[in-house]
Amino acid sequence: MKIRLRYFASLREALETGSEVFECDATTIGQLRDALAARGGAYGQVLAPGRSVRTALNQTLVDDAALLTEDCEVAFFPPVTGG
Amino acid sequence: MTLQQRVSIQTQEFDLAAELTALRAGDLRVGAVCSFLGTVRDRNHGSEANAVQSLELEHYPGMTEQSIEAMIDAAHARFDIYAARVIHRVGVLQAGDPIVLVAVSSAHRGESFQACEFLMDYLKTQAPFWKKEQTAEGAHWVDARVSDDAALARWGIQANNAARSE
Repeated sequence: MKIRLRYFASLREALETGSEVFECDATTIGQLRDALAARGGAYGQVLAPGRSVRTALNQTLVDDAALLTEDCEVAFFPPVTGG
Repeated sequence: MTLQQRVSIQTQEFDLAAELTALRAGDLRVGAVCSFLGTVRDRNHGSEANAVQSLELEHYPGMTEQSIEAMIDAAHARFDIYAARVIHRVGVLQAGDPIVLVAVSSAHRGESFQACEFLMDYLKTQAPFWKKEQTAEGAHWVDARVSDDAALARWGIQANNAARSE
């Protein structure tokens, strides 16, 4: 399905993009992350298992088990540091 | 009683006194207003090279407002408070600049003190902002702190921010 991806902060810098559209067979956030990491290069580095990355699905924080839907917005970002 | 805007994400400075006045305006039930002001530190660890020249705050437009609105709803559910206001600046700030205001009103002080701290602890670990410090040695992204996760845990909420349970 089609996923609208957003990247922020150090992830955005490492991937050299803040957004992209991705077509994949993944059904969960975890599978999506693995599919992106499998691209290798910067993706393989910043989205590797064990790297501290948080995710939002349609602007709500979720974990790896969350289910994707067609045309959903998924954001990957580092631990937050506001306030 | 008019409904005030609860959350503002903005580049501009804010007027703390005006915000506190607006928070309690027209509500004579209010006996207590508690506020927290966060500012940019010149985080100089004894070396001029590490001094913070400026701080850049990035955020996730849309999600930022929404997440803080939900935190305020949570504060209303937990504490007997009348109103809450959160202003968080984004963009480039200088050392000494105000970053964030959290203000809460209630009948008595206990609820306001607690709700104010709760909102700050929640915001620190869940609101989508990221800080980048500019020093003489270059720019670097600030790391999330495990102590902030611990602060939210005191309220019975697992932060999963700096300390990930993967």
